[in-house]
Amino acid sequence: MNTLEMYEKEHMKRDIPDTPIGSNVKVHYRIIEGEKERIQIFEGVVIARKRAGIRSAITVRKVSAGIGIERVFPIHSPKIERIQVTRLGRVRRSKLYYLRALRGKKARIREKDQY
Amino acid sequence: MSNTILGRKLGMTQIFDHLGNAVPVTLIQAGPCTVTQIKSERKEGYNAIQLGFGERKEKRTTKPAKGHFEKSASSPKRYLREATVSDPDLYELGQVITAGIFKVGDVVDISGTSKGKGFAGVMKRHGFSGFKATHGTHESKRGPGSIGASADPSRVFKGKKMPGQMGNRKATVQNLKVVDVREDQHLIAVKGPVPGAKNGLLIIKKAIKKPQTESTPPPPETESDGE
Repeated sequence: MNTLEMYEKEHMKRDIPDTPIGSNVKVHYRIIEGEKERIQIFEGVVIARKRAGIRSAITVRKVSAGIGIERVFPIHSPKIERIQVTRLGRVRRSKLYYLRALRGKKARIREKDQY
Repeated sequence: MSNTILGRKLGMTQIFDHLGNAVPVTLIQAGPCTVTQIKSERKEGYNAIQLGFGERKEKRTTKPAKGHFEKSASSPKRYLREATVSDPDLYELGQVITAGIFKVGDVVDISGTSKGKGFAGVMKRHGFSGFKATHGTHESKRGPGSIGASADPSRVFKGKKMPGQMGNRKATVQNLKVVDVREDQHLIAVKGPVPGAKNGLLIIKKAIKKPQTESTPPPPETESDGE
């Protein structure tokens, strides 16, 4: 491991849960409004993961009031309080961009079989 | 203390500040540098110290160079660069300068050799617009267009932006903020990019256009010529 990777690692979080593609997650995101700080929960499907050390991020998609919303969360950011995995999906792709073209029942993801 | 150190670019990454904002940083292996020669007003006509940085294999060092390094009881160094100082008597041969001369919040200027782009045309080198790709354009899509008027002045003005070598020259980025210093690991991190490729030699100086910290003397006052 080179010095750059070691330096990155020091600033990375260690307790991040695995968020597989297709899983449903709740991201607890810290929002600062002036003086006050509150936590907002963004719940949706993980449709992409970027693995890049401290720059790693997940893309979470949800459909809110008929409009698709995607947010990219840098998972090592201190603004992310917690990530909860609520359901694992059975998918055969690493990027679920096809969900963008689907709506309603077709945009469902089968739950992963547990063994 | 010295206000200059030599370093090696390790690469860029990002870290998060206390507010949780991502800060782009360049990691630099800064020092340790050995003072290999001291130049003074009396002898050489100007005040400077010569800094050595990076290891060089003994067998790849010429005998004259070995003799030079022996004077400061230093191992052979790969790079030798001069740094101007106001008072050379503050330094001694063999003295080691480390990243500790900087602290978090300092502002520095960093010089290096920019990445070479070869012989580049005007679009890449000077940001010219070129010509339309369609609508009858022929023979010249990336050319410079006119380079001047005709019989008057009958010549092309000096400094006209033309194609030529781009990059691979000394480049300096001023006023970079130091965001992290690890003296024991010889590391410093600055906000933003610095010139050159990874592993390139960098010269890191305290910023000349920003207020200096108390460790360096103020610049000599220029005499005002009255009314």
